[in-house]
Amino acid sequence: MARIELSRLAHSYQRRPDKAEDFALKPMDHVWEDGEAYALLGPSGCGKTTLLNIISGLLRPTSGHVLFDGRDVTDLPTEDRNIAQVFQFPVVYDTMTVYDNLAFPLRNRKISEHEIQNRVGEIAEMLDLVFCLKQRAGTLASDARQKISLGRGLVRTDVSAILFDEPLTVIDPHLKNSLRRKLEEIHRQSKLTLIYVTHDQTEALTFADKVVVMHEGEVVQVGTPQDLVEHPAHTFVGYFVGSPGMNFLSCDVDGNFAVVDGQRIRLADDTPSGAERAGDRWELGIRPEFLQLVFDRPKEGLQAKITNIEDFGSSKIVTAAAAGNTLRVRLAEEDEVRGELGWLVFPPERSLLYRNARLFREPTGRRQ
Amino acid sequence: MTKTQNNRAWFLVLPVVVLVAFSAIVPLMTVVNYSVQDIFDIENRVFVGSEWYREILLDDGLQKALLRQLVFSFAILLIEIPLGIAVALAMPSRGRWASLTLVVLALPLLIPWNVVGTIWQIFGRADIGLGGVLVTMLGIDYNYAVNPFDAWATVLVMDVWHWTSLVALLCFSGLRAIPDAYFQAARIDGASNWAVFRHIQLPKLKNVLLIAVLLRFMDSFMIYSEPFVLTGGGPGNSTTFLSQTLARLAVGQFDLGPAAAFSLIYFLIILLFCWLFYTTMMQLGRGPRV
Repeated sequence: MARIELSRLAHSYQRRPDKAEDFALKPMDHVWEDGEAYALLGPSGCGKTTLLNIISGLLRPTSGHVLFDGRDVTDLPTEDRNIAQVFQFPVVYDTMTVYDNLAFPLRNRKISEHEIQNRVGEIAEMLDLVFCLKQRAGTLASDARQKISLGRGLVRTDVSAILFDEPLTVIDPHLKNSLRRKLEEIHRQSKLTLIYVTHDQTEALTFADKVVVMHEGEVVQVGTPQDLVEHPAHTFVGYFVGSPGMNFLSCDVDGNFAVVDGQRIRLADDTPSGAERAGDRWELGIRPEFLQLVFDRPKEGLQAKITNIEDFGSSKIVTAAAAGNTLRVRLAEEDEVRGELGWLVFPPERSLLYRNARLFREPTGRRQ
Repeated sequence: MTKTQNNRAWFLVLPVVVLVAFSAIVPLMTVVNYSVQDIFDIENRVFVGSEWYREILLDDGLQKALLRQLVFSFAILLIEIPLGIAVALAMPSRGRWASLTLVVLALPLLIPWNVVGTIWQIFGRADIGLGGVLVTMLGIDYNYAVNPFDAWATVLVMDVWHWTSLVALLCFSGLRAIPDAYFQAARIDGASNWAVFRHIQLPKLKNVLLIAVLLRFMDSFMIYSEPFVLTGGGPGNSTTFLSQTLARLAVGQFDLGPAAAFSLIYFLIILLFCWLFYTTMMQLGRGPRV
């Protein structure tokens, strides 16, 4: 078991980084609590894999420290950390049998054959690999191979965290779900700290207790899947999580109101009524699920022209143009779209204010 | 439903068939033709059946040449393959130094065979050759023109110098094709360097090594120019390999019948060994284990 702490951690692939852009990973402090399942979500090239490789010790950070349960392991090599890693492409030792593959990390650690037999048997049982233990690993399909590479991590008794680097990328879609459920089951049984890197939001939201969203080398939000949907801390989170992503409109601020194109829109109660500062960029954000579309003139609302309707069977996505912005509204299947002109209504508790791309609200909120 | 037969596709294969026929099958059949006849001149030829084959197979000199040839080919495989792998493993993997090593390694491969023979003929001379003088200075009585052992050693070293680069370059490309994740996973599994080599690099090198073994076997089994220039097959017959024996028979003595029979046997031996290497190496590390 381990609590993994990153302290002032930063990494650059350049020899002499001086600008902020030179850093693949901008200075960060972060704690991975013991026994939790985390998803590390972000687009390709945002630094997820770099962060993962630093935790596992495959990469030495340019600055900062990695602590396992308070012990500084920054300079320890991978094999001396209690960490296993599963890669995007299944890594198996092709010419060895499945049994030997699973026994390999234990044999390297000079564990007795008798104990190896017990551990391998146990893990093979857990991963449904018993039937092929005597087969050569090279002959198996990619999902079985990925299970083997996961098994090589699980089989070690010293492992306290397993890192996954997009482990389901090369797995057939119909096997993805079952393999993901297997991972969740293993997490429940083993209580290991899991960090799961992915750029697939569905995977991240279904798998993890907590999702860590990264953007351009920075952690922009850590939260439960619900937090990410209801209170994105950064416009990037709003845009990246959810399909379609959050709507953002540039606006001015007047007390507890956002002003868009002369229309005043009431904001969530915990939005501070701070005075506007020059040079700040303000945006009003609302998810398509929460935005309402009405056809009788409401008390407050933006007039909008409907440009497109996509029907997904269980719901529809309506695209509307209002005040120079394109917005998307998710409607229930039974909701009717009457005519080309309508009004967009912003429920106050769902209308969030963003200052310079970051959520602007009272610090007392659930914001992390 | 009836299936329409269309044989027009054969016309597309025809150019290849014609080409192969003229480049391989027709010359080969000429050789077969020679091998079963005793030819005095164009009008006087006698069908002799398998006589030449029996004569060749029972010939003491040829049997010895075959034995020497086999010893030579297996010796250079045993030296060049492990050495080539070792060189490839020791090479820098990327950057300026990698390019430089590649160029240096490729140099011996660019030199014509008979020039290689000439280089080593001079290099190995005990009176004026750098190599020969150095070995003599070490107190070893070295003379490849007199001593069969020295002649063998020189021919072997020459071939190793000439061709190990090929094995090394093939292995280098094979090693570069292994994804980094394998080495990272091995580190996480706590694998030793030997285990990484044994369980990751060597299995992944299997296919390039197969090519290397086949190429080196075929080439060395047909070696001609280098020993011909270096030792002329001597001292005595100690470095006379098969192709040189064949050349003597066919071009020197103009014994076309026996030479043709010999060529065919030679060809079949190479084919047999290549097939053996191919099938055994393809089986390595495959199939279920019980």
